[in-house]
Amino acid sequence: MSFVWTLAEQHEGRLKAVSFELLGRGRALADKLDTKLASLLIGDGVDDAQLQSLVHHGADEVYAIQDPRLAQFTCETFSNVLVHLIKTYQPSVILAAATSTGRTLMPHVAVRCHAGLTADCTELDIEPGTGHLLQTRPAIGGNIMATIKTPDHRPQMATVRPKSSRPLPADRSRAGRVIAVPLDDVLVDGRAQARGFRSDAVDFVNLEEADVVIAGGRGMKKAEHFALLQGLADALGGAVGATRDAVDRGWVGYPHQVGLSGKTISPRLYIGAGISGAIQHLAGIKTSETIVSINSDPDASLHQVADFGIVGDLFQVLGELQRRLDERRAAGHAEPGAPDREERA
Amino acid sequence: MHIVVPIKQVPETSNVKMDPVTGTMIRAGVGTVVNPLDLFAIETAVRLKEAHGGRITTLTMGPRGAEKALREAIAMGCDDGVLISDRAFAGSDSWSTSYTLAQAIRTLGEFDLIVAGERATDGDTGQVGPGIAAWLDLPVATYVAAITRVEPPRASAHARAGARGGLTVERLVEEGYQVLDLPLPALLTVVKELAAPRLPTLRGKRRAKAAEIPLLTAADLDVEPAYLGLKGSPTKVVKVATPKVTRGGTLVRAPDEDAVAGAVEQLLAFLELRDLLPREARP
Repeated sequence: MSFVWTLAEQHEGRLKAVSFELLGRGRALADKLDTKLASLLIGDGVDDAQLQSLVHHGADEVYAIQDPRLAQFTCETFSNVLVHLIKTYQPSVILAAATSTGRTLMPHVAVRCHAGLTADCTELDIEPGTGHLLQTRPAIGGNIMATIKTPDHRPQMATVRPKSSRPLPADRSRAGRVIAVPLDDVLVDGRAQARGFRSDAVDFVNLEEADVVIAGGRGMKKAEHFALLQGLADALGGAVGATRDAVDRGWVGYPHQVGLSGKTISPRLYIGAGISGAIQHLAGIKTSETIVSINSDPDASLHQVADFGIVGDLFQVLGELQRRLDERRAAGHAEPGAPDREERA
Repeated sequence: MHIVVPIKQVPETSNVKMDPVTGTMIRAGVGTVVNPLDLFAIETAVRLKEAHGGRITTLTMGPRGAEKALREAIAMGCDDGVLISDRAFAGSDSWSTSYTLAQAIRTLGEFDLIVAGERATDGDTGQVGPGIAAWLDLPVATYVAAITRVEPPRASAHARAGARGGLTVERLVEEGYQVLDLPLPALLTVVKELAAPRLPTLRGKRRAKAAEIPLLTAADLDVEPAYLGLKGSPTKVVKVATPKVTRGGTLVRAPDEDAVAGAVEQLLAFLELRDLLPREARP
């Protein structure tokens, strides 16, 4: 059996968007290998309609291992479940999201299955002739693209950055099987206990899953000015990011930090305001689909990697941009929100 | 409490080259530092030791020169350093690296906690921490941003169940801070928010200079030779390419307010063309 598997993720019973992105990737690989594509969900509370939508987005089979004990991620139990399934079905390729869950679970499982694992892939392909998975990833802060394969070990495992590809359009005529797999008690590792989420967290932001990120750097000059970015983020349906410099100055909290010592993001639109573009920051944004830079310094490195740059006073530019977006919303009834929210009801 | 901190020596700049034949990094001739993200792990361990007593062993796998990284960690407050170095380890991927480190940690005797950086700034995989946990069968918490409860092990009762202590941690994940209880021994990978690293003290530097750093080679470890180094690594680098740095984008100069209005107009048209603006509400 040379199955391709993708791992779906859920939070509080809702499938995450990356589950569908992975299916688009997996479909292309499965077609090249002339094999089936399965989506695996380890979680709880995901309803049948959502599981069916995995079929509509490319899965031939959906394996749903759902149990209240799997509602939240704990590495040991999830690893036990996945290792058990791998040993039972022996898939050839497993793709997971390069999320906090995927980046924890996959290395744990790879060790136990003696499998090769490549982190944070941006491109995946099948090598003609051998059928090996070719995994391409940015290395050394994105300065180099390395293509990696695992010739002698199975499964071939990879994590893929969220937002680095689009899901296939839903095809409601697609047929596929949804198989509920009960959780075997012996797979539950009781050592680590998930206790839910801290409810009082202030200044938290989900940057990794935002379609639009508008980030500020030293040019923002002070904490209060980040409100300008929040205003634009609200108008564009996005989230606010920051450079290390801005975080270290206490202007915004660490969850906003993008770059080598913060988060790596691939939004559809990244706007950098007052960001010079240190290599450490660029490493975190290079795979963004569209990069916009606003900076008074024409030589700022961020301008050089941008698709669109404005050399000018950033407060004037941000103010004008906000005014125009507000006008547009008032006149055209534009709805703030993700520019391309997938419909999969 | 015995805390183990595995660290990595990384190139100081991001402008490292790769060997076109093996696809691994050429480290010769480039300045090195302790992986900046490992400093948060070292600081976390030092704070735990200050609060609860015990000792910290730091270890690294790398060329002989990686001893320098261990001395820096000792200067920051680690007690002992162990260097794992052998030609047989060269070219290890994250699978082989986590195996070798795990086998080295087994030689350190009983420990209560392993604290690692979330990833290294050169390899950038974040896979070695969870990998070590898998080899040693330790419960693992990644992306730890806070430790809110420490129940240290009871010194006299190491062998008894429940006497090994435990932690409550907060993991910084996509949806917020996930709270997790872990029994010791356990492995944590930590992020910057947990602990701003201190500078080495003069006393620390003196201690670091005088410290004896034992060397562990492949012969000193109980290892399966087929699991080591480039040959033992399941993943193989087959191609290395330098991507185009610029995107050939448009740069608009806006020296005054009129020009700003024009530039923003152009930007909006550009975003509209790429379908990046919020869509109009459907009736």
